[in-house]
Amino acid sequence: MQAAPALALEHITVTFVSEGAARFTAIRDATLVVRPGEFVSVVGPTGCGKSTLLNIAAGLLTPSAGSVRVFGEPLAGLNRNSGYLFQTEALLPWRTALDNVTIGLEFRGLAREVAVRQAEGWLLRVGLRGHGHRYPHQLSGGMRKRVALAQTLILDPQIILMDEPFSALDIQTRQLMENELLELWSANRKSVVFITHDLEEAISLSDRVVVLSAGPEARPIGEYEIDLPRPRDVAEIRLTPRFIELHTKIWQTMKQEVLKGYEQQKNQ
Amino acid sequence: MNSRRTSRHLRLWQVLIVAGLFTIWHVTTHPTLLPPLYFDNPNKAAFFFGQPLEVLSRVWIWFSSGSIYEHLWVTLLETVLAFAIGTVSGLVVGLWLALSPTAAALFDPYIKAVNSMPRVILAPIFGVWFGLGMASKVALGVTLVFFIVFFNVYQGVREVSHTVLANARVLGASERQLLRHVYVPSAMSWVFASLHNSVGLAFVGAVVGEYLGSSRGVGYLILQAEGTFDINSVFAGILVLTAFALVLDGIVTLAERRLMLWQPRSGETERI
Repeated sequence: MQAAPALALEHITVTFVSEGAARFTAIRDATLVVRPGEFVSVVGPTGCGKSTLLNIAAGLLTPSAGSVRVFGEPLAGLNRNSGYLFQTEALLPWRTALDNVTIGLEFRGLAREVAVRQAEGWLLRVGLRGHGHRYPHQLSGGMRKRVALAQTLILDPQIILMDEPFSALDIQTRQLMENELLELWSANRKSVVFITHDLEEAISLSDRVVVLSAGPEARPIGEYEIDLPRPRDVAEIRLTPRFIELHTKIWQTMKQEVLKGYEQQKNQ
Repeated sequence: MNSRRTSRHLRLWQVLIVAGLFTIWHVTTHPTLLPPLYFDNPNKAAFFFGQPLEVLSRVWIWFSSGSIYEHLWVTLLETVLAFAIGTVSGLVVGLWLALSPTAAALFDPYIKAVNSMPRVILAPIFGVWFGLGMASKVALGVTLVFFIVFFNVYQGVREVSHTVLANARVLGASERQLLRHVYVPSAMSWVFASLHNSVGLAFVGAVVGEYLGSSRGVGYLILQAEGTFDINSVFAGILVLTAFALVLDGIVTLAERRLMLWQPRSGETERI
């Protein structure tokens, strides 16, 4: 047995109780294990509880049943080893880009000058030099995502949780951001859990792809090792035969779930 | 059309409208200038409605002799104190109730009751409690300002984006840091939206308080003038109050521009 996994979600069940005592089980008996330094993508049809799974890993939600272990330790409260990249706007709109990047360090009690020096380095790394004084509303969607990335990575989290971070971006910006993400990640390999509904994105980024069934009561129904060579270019790798082979194989599993999810949404 | 030209045109028209109103006022009230329209005695119109030239000369005398400054100072101080105390207490109580649902649920009916009460009616009671000096006027202003700010803060805290809040938590914010870096800044944009209302109401509190019983202040001046049927002085007092209310409102706007830089203004573009 090697070192403890970075993140181990075991037999997780999440049941939401809404008003009127109606119960909704988003996830049933899901198990997901992420090794240190591994890039894992979780794909599934929309509304299948992918974000719920991520919130469990971040400690923002407590599972109804099952255990969460972080580097072997049971998780209580917020996951202090993880950083979280949200799907929607999460920057503090009243802080400039630079102040948004420093805020995590300030929360940890670092001196302002030290935090600013580090933050400037990170803005440089995400390609936003000279934009530090701008407020989020003065930046484009892609730039805001870069700020969010710097805001998360400056704290050097051991596990990075990403909830469809690039889904709101146009396709060109998206591929640029994906390449930059891979570059940042390979410079300092952390464990990544990347949530997406886009199978191509999942395959081109990851070491492993986990397919989730359609909700409710979603659970992993397939795991695929992605043995594509690194470093990768997300735009080019999509054209290689191995990529297409993997895509076809995983899509076989995913297709039925997507159709199921579509039927459910249609009948709602 | 050129936008600067349009705005200059607007300014010109605004000045013309004021000048026009004053001219009508002057023509209709100046004795014997027009044949009597309504009153049988040519001096009655001037008695009831005052005369603009007299009003302006009254204002000029007040300022040139310096007799107005004492009263103006008192009224402005009352206004600013009521505004400051009301805003700060509204902010503190608003944050407290918004962040502790039990307290909010407990106090909810009382807050609604006190808010729907016509609070100007408290002025005489404050006069008895705090005397005829400045304290009773400040107290009245505070009761008016407090609720506006309070409700806005309460709303502001509840409307904080869940994602921003979760993000701050994940980035390691403690409860106190959440308050300082997320709740308060978010509430402040709502507070600023309410400050224009509150500064006006602080002024109302001060003047109404003075009007009901005082020995100094612009409200007192107006009351004195009414006692002797000196309509020109009444209008002069109103004119001075209006001008200073506009000045206070302008100061709030300036502060808002300074502190709310982060907010997008509609149609704003910026050279990168």
